[in-house]
Amino acid sequence: MPAINITKESDARGSFCPGPQMELIRLVRAAKVGDVLAVLSRDEGSRKDIPAWIAKAKHELVGMDPFEDATRFICRKTH
Amino acid sequence: MKKILILGGGTGGAIVANLLARKLTEEEADITVVSANKRHYYQPGWLYVPFGKQDTRKLSKPVRSLLHKRVKLITERVVALDTERQCVLLPDEQPVKYDFLVIATGSFPVAEDVPGLAEGGHHFYTQEAACRLYNALQEFRGGRVVIGVGGLPYKCPPAPLEFTLLLDEFLAEQGARKRSRITYAFPISRVFPIESVANFAQPLLDQRDIQTELFFNLQEVRPKDRVALSLEGTELNYDLLVMIPPHRGASFLQGHPIADDKGWVKTDRATLQVTGHDNLWALGDATDLPISKAGSTAHFEAPIVVERVAAAVRGNAPDPKHAQYAGHVMCFVETGYGKATMLDFDYSHPPEPKEPNAIAHYLKWAFNKAYWQLVPTGVV
Repeated sequence: MPAINITKESDARGSFCPGPQMELIRLVRAAKVGDVLAVLSRDEGSRKDIPAWIAKAKHELVGMDPFEDATRFICRKTH
Repeated sequence: MKKILILGGGTGGAIVANLLARKLTEEEADITVVSANKRHYYQPGWLYVPFGKQDTRKLSKPVRSLLHKRVKLITERVVALDTERQCVLLPDEQPVKYDFLVIATGSFPVAEDVPGLAEGGHHFYTQEAACRLYNALQEFRGGRVVIGVGGLPYKCPPAPLEFTLLLDEFLAEQGARKRSRITYAFPISRVFPIESVANFAQPLLDQRDIQTELFFNLQEVRPKDRVALSLEGTELNYDLLVMIPPHRGASFLQGHPIADDKGWVKTDRATLQVTGHDNLWALGDATDLPISKAGSTAHFEAPIVVERVAAAVRGNAPDPKHAQYAGHVMCFVETGYGKATMLDFDYSHPPEPKEPNAIAHYLKWAFNKAYWQLVPTGVV
């Protein structure tokens, strides 16, 4: 699999408020179309919530990769 | 003698300045605060202004009155930061030099970042906006009210939820609740980021007949049509719109190499050091950390910055007991009808809020009054 070039990443481990889901939305909204954004989250709920928002907002979920004690959620801004 | 410059006279800047003045001698450091405002505002109090329950005159004090007598104060806006020459520039282009710099310049709502929001929406995140919303509520006789988050990030994440619950109570008192439909719109999949809070807030909203619209990220407001549109494709019609504008950092930081386009300073989540700069620290709303933009955050971050700046002035290593920020935040959430709950958490410990209760409500009111004596002064 080719390496993914992440444009911007935020470490949202332990960010209960505003939390990883809100942080990913912030990154996507501030990005350019085609940018790849990533957040690190330890929140169990993120595995359901983050893909749900990406689908709802019609962006692309590129990956959910284990990273240390967390998951790296990767999203491409498509529009 | 080292020159310490602190940008910002709000909660973070005032605490850092006062604690450093107590920790370091006059021979060790010259401490100066640069504040764009002459007055320090207690911003959490603006939540109550639209309901006529808070006198705005009690929500600010002169910055000078809150600072240790040894701390110098320059009341000017910073227009530029030059990290090579180690100085900031004021509007008259006069450079103010530093050896160590602390950035505590806060965050600002920018309604203009969303088309139509400035014309069509209200908020309560400045004193002026809170007073305008007070006037609008005085004239409101019922209709469709939409409350939500107009963009990210925004400070004090619980405030829109608190406002919604307090508005329900206010409209009931005014006799306008039965003629009103309240909709609470939130950007994510639940009514609050913290699941345990969402788990008690959702039933509260349901009991009070408050509609919820989830995954609502504001894209545009059309004031003539009285409609708010989300990027997810939802349209909400309103008669009164209360949408918290997206925030930005200070103007001089927007696009600066130490910050991003919106002015959020690239900051280490544990040391609070500005990325790539040994003599710069940031705290409070000014950072790019994905944590609550709130006075409470700045309050708990300040001792770490103070320890690190003082150690740097003395050429020592910081005391490891006070050298790492663990993500501590504590805040209250008003739920209306004289009840509130308290959130207390850090990077490793999620909040475990109690059911809303009267004690937490009175604690919040007591804290609002005691703030001036306890917080900017660095007493607690």
